Amino acid sequence: MTSETGIGAAVKRKEDARFITGAGHYTDDINQPGQLYAVFVRSMYPRAEIRSIDVSSALAMEGVVAAYTGADLAADEIGDLPCGWMVKSKDGSDMIQPPHPPVAVSVVNYVGEPYAMVVAETLQAARDGAEAVTADFNELPVVVDLASAHGADQIHEAAPGNQCYDWELGDREATDAAFASADHVTSLDIVNNRLIPNAMEPRAAVGMYEAATGNYTLYTTSQNPHLERLILAAFVNVAAESKLRVVSPDVGGGFGSKIFVYAEETAVIWAAGKLARAIKWRADRSESFLADAHGRDHLTKAELALKADGTFVGLRVKTVANMGAYLSLFASSVPTYLYGTLLAGQYRTPAIYVEVQSVFTNTAPVDAYRGAGRPEATYVVERLVETAARELGKDPADIRRLNFIQPEDFPYETPVALTYDTGDYDASLKKAIELIGYDGFAERKASSEANGKKRGIGFSCYIEACGLAPSQVALSLGAGVGLFESAEVRVDVTGSVSVMTGCHSHGQGHETTFAQIVSDKLGIPFENVDVVHGDTGRSDYGLGTYGSRSLVVGGSAIVKATDKVIAKSRKIAAHMLESTEENVDFEEGTFSVTDSNQSITFPEVAFSAYVPGNYPLDELEPGLSEKAFYDPENFTYPAGAHICEVEVDPETGKVEIVNFVAVDDFGEIINPMIVAGQVHGGLAQGIGQALLEHAIYDESGQLVTGSYMDYTMPRADDMPNFVVDTTVTPCTHNPLGAKGCGEAGAIGSTAAVMNALTDALGVVDVPMPATPETVWRAMEGE
Amino acid sequence: MEISLTVNGTEHTTDVPDNSLLVEIIRERLNLTGTHVGCDTSQCGACTIHMDGRSVKSCTVLAGQADGADITTIEGIGTVDALHPMQEAFRENHALQCGFCTPGMIMSAIDLVENGKPLDERSVREGLEGNLCRCTGYHNIVKAVLDAQDKM
Ligand code: FES
Ligand code: FES
Repeated sequence: MTSETGIGAAVKRKEDARFITGAGHYTDDINQPGQLYAVFVRSMYPRAEIRSIDVSSALAMEGVVAAYTGADLAADEIGDLPCGWMVKSKDGSDMIQPPHPPVAVSVVNYVGEPYAMVVAETLQAARDGAEAVTADFNELPVVVDLASAHGADQIHEAAPGNQCYDWELGDREATDAAFASADHVTSLDIVNNRLIPNAMEPRAAVGMYEAATGNYTLYTTSQNPHLERLILAAFVNVAAESKLRVVSPDVGGGFGSKIFVYAEETAVIWAAGKLARAIKWRADRSESFLADAHGRDHLTKAELALKADGTFVGLRVKTVANMGAYLSLFASSVPTYLYGTLLAGQYRTPAIYVEVQSVFTNTAPVDAYRGAGRPEATYVVERLVETAARELGKDPADIRRLNFIQPEDFPYETPVALTYDTGDYDASLKKAIELIGYDGFAERKASSEANGKKRGIGFSCYIEACGLAPSQVALSLGAGVGLFESAEVRVDVTGSVSVMTGCHSHGQGHETTFAQIVSDKLGIPFENVDVVHGDTGRSDYGLGTYGSRSLVVGGSAIVKATDKVIAKSRKIAAHMLESTEENVDFEEGTFSVTDSNQSITFPEVAFSAYVPGNYPLDELEPGLSEKAFYDPENFTYPAGAHICEVEVDPETGKVEIVNFVAVDDFGEIINPMIVAGQVHGGLAQGIGQALLEHAIYDESGQLVTGSYMDYTMPRADDMPNFVVDTTVTPCTHNPLGAKGCGEAGAIGSTAAVMNALTDALGVVDVPMPATPETVWRAMEGE
Repeated sequence: MEISLTVNGTEHTTDVPDNSLLVEIIRERLNLTGTHVGCDTSQCGACTIHMDGRSVKSCTVLAGQADGADITTIEGIGTVDALHPMQEAFRENHALQCGFCTPGMIMSAIDLVENGKPLDERSVREGLEGNLCRCTGYHNIVKAVLDAQDKM
């Protein structure tokens, strides 16, 4: 059914009513009677041995109820924060996972690492108490520079050379041979700048404990409350899973940074149990800068081998990836299975070899940030391809077309472990070229030049792997959790429906999209479907939202559960209509007997399931509520073409994006309005990386960009209007034919901007972010 | 110190610590949690409200400075059944995703339309420069404000 609210319709969002009227419920909006406030005491040193911590003066202060150190948590056998993906080195050895106590015990390893927590009756008293905590530190040599971290002073006893792992993928010999036979080799040294995710809502937690039942409740800003609960129960030992309810209420953006289980909510829920009182904590923005997991931060040497006609014959990539001071929850997987596997891009490059060395530094942990590994891979591939085109005097679109995997090549097995199911890369490129008016570029360039400006155009044809992944594949590659999703479709007596999902929406609009799917399939009004998410007390175990998985995995689980509801309803209807299942059709919410005028509606069937007067009780249980778990067969492979056109003022070095076109293939689309919004947001983040954002630590290990005064966030006047469009090749292996759209904007755009900028300037590279000063220096040949 | 202020049409007299911020009074005393806190350096705009008809960042105003003021927060401009045209335009144009920046964005945008010159795309972008949004890339926010301008 394609109706005004069905699959494919640009339905206005259900969730907006509360957000536009100020009635959202974010964690910081939740208050409990008699709640206490927690404030963390954080290290000013990037690396130091903790000789002693003295909380006595804090405890003596008015209003302070408790002050805890890492030793107190350890004494209660609170465990380390784990890393959930075991990556193995080339030699088969396990990655190094250094101890990571939630609150530092004997050593601090980055500025901002918490080493004590003060709990008080008021926020002000907790702040004052935190200031009164004193500690004796012995400062240790600091490792900050990524390039020299391997071999610098050893941070963790367990990690010689500060190495976490040295991983490889692909066929080294075949790749070397391809290079030996190539006509041309393009090489680039690439820096993928470190970013800070900066969801607008700072992380927060409210922990509660009920002594009489032993039940814990944690409200927190998590993208995946079930995973949070699993880790707090199984690894951190806060409480049994059944005794711990984790609720993610409205969450103000995540972008990856709220996937992870952090020190603060761990300490808060533990202390709530100790004190049997509710405790609230909210990060100040400065704490978010210091202690949210950062993103990106790669140094790469990349080489593309080509024939004289531009055909790619080999790709060789060597990357050093920064893990920060400790391994965050999925840190190890980002520069490996989410990066190396994507290096084939959209091309038939026959031989690829990638090595990734991950190292520890005295900086905040680095983990997934929108795109997670895939933006870094795209940046490597697309910068190389564009540079190669320039070196060989080829048109950047032509060289891509020459190397594209063709529609008839699918399923296509890449040399780096993935099998792409479907795609039509030229279709997206063609549309993008039309939309940007590539034909007219030379003219626009000439007119810019006449005005004293430099104009450039840049392409980026990205691919991503979303909807991670078949559980068995992920588990065999070291993942610590399955990657299916759960759903429950619960039909009420009157025919209204609640849909429980294990995914979590923190801006993605699931309450709308998922309701469209279910109302469409059941033929009932969109208004009659409510989506419930973010509460371990209400939905089955699920994996949450990240990696553009919610629609493709979570939505597929919902389809499966809905199909079960329809199957059962059909049986009931057959009984009620005195017919057989085979002879009962279901369309637009009505069951009817083939070749007759007898019919009943879905709500009538639902009613009879709960008031089973006329009901096949001998064959069927009463009730109408079905569950499903969906485990994907493969990743999905959204892909697209982004083209950016910039104008540079040579006097100031200021870069203006004058045209930006993104054409994406997300497979089938449920709500095009929401999809376009996801693309816009991703583009802003990708453009932000290219032109504005940079997390900088100075040599001594202090975060220089620790506020919005120093870390340049994209603002409204930095961004252009975007032209976004789609092409469609349906995903072949999920029931929606959908591929996912959450990260594409951030994955494709960065390379397009930098390709445009380097084209405008006629240089090989400009370091990111390309601030006016950086651009000016690049023009001066510095 | 005791202050009196009118918030969304209701007068409140309350005793507050000297150093408390207007945003704290709004959120914690008056329980109007639609006004958000997104930073500690007055640079995100999530806390934007109207004070005597003009938009201000309520994290930059001391409670004492608001004594006698007429304050409007996001809760005071419209209801689900009778939305302000700016609220309506945000919904119609998908100008919000996670919703965290939205109240502040809407309050800034209303001031921009009501108290400034006629807006075009560029001036909306410049006018909203003090409000950060990490989700939308601003594209639809700009559209929404221009749309609301026609209806206000
Ligand atoms: S809270 Fe960020 S400007 Fe007020
Ligand atoms: S909608 Fe999320 S920050 Fe603006």
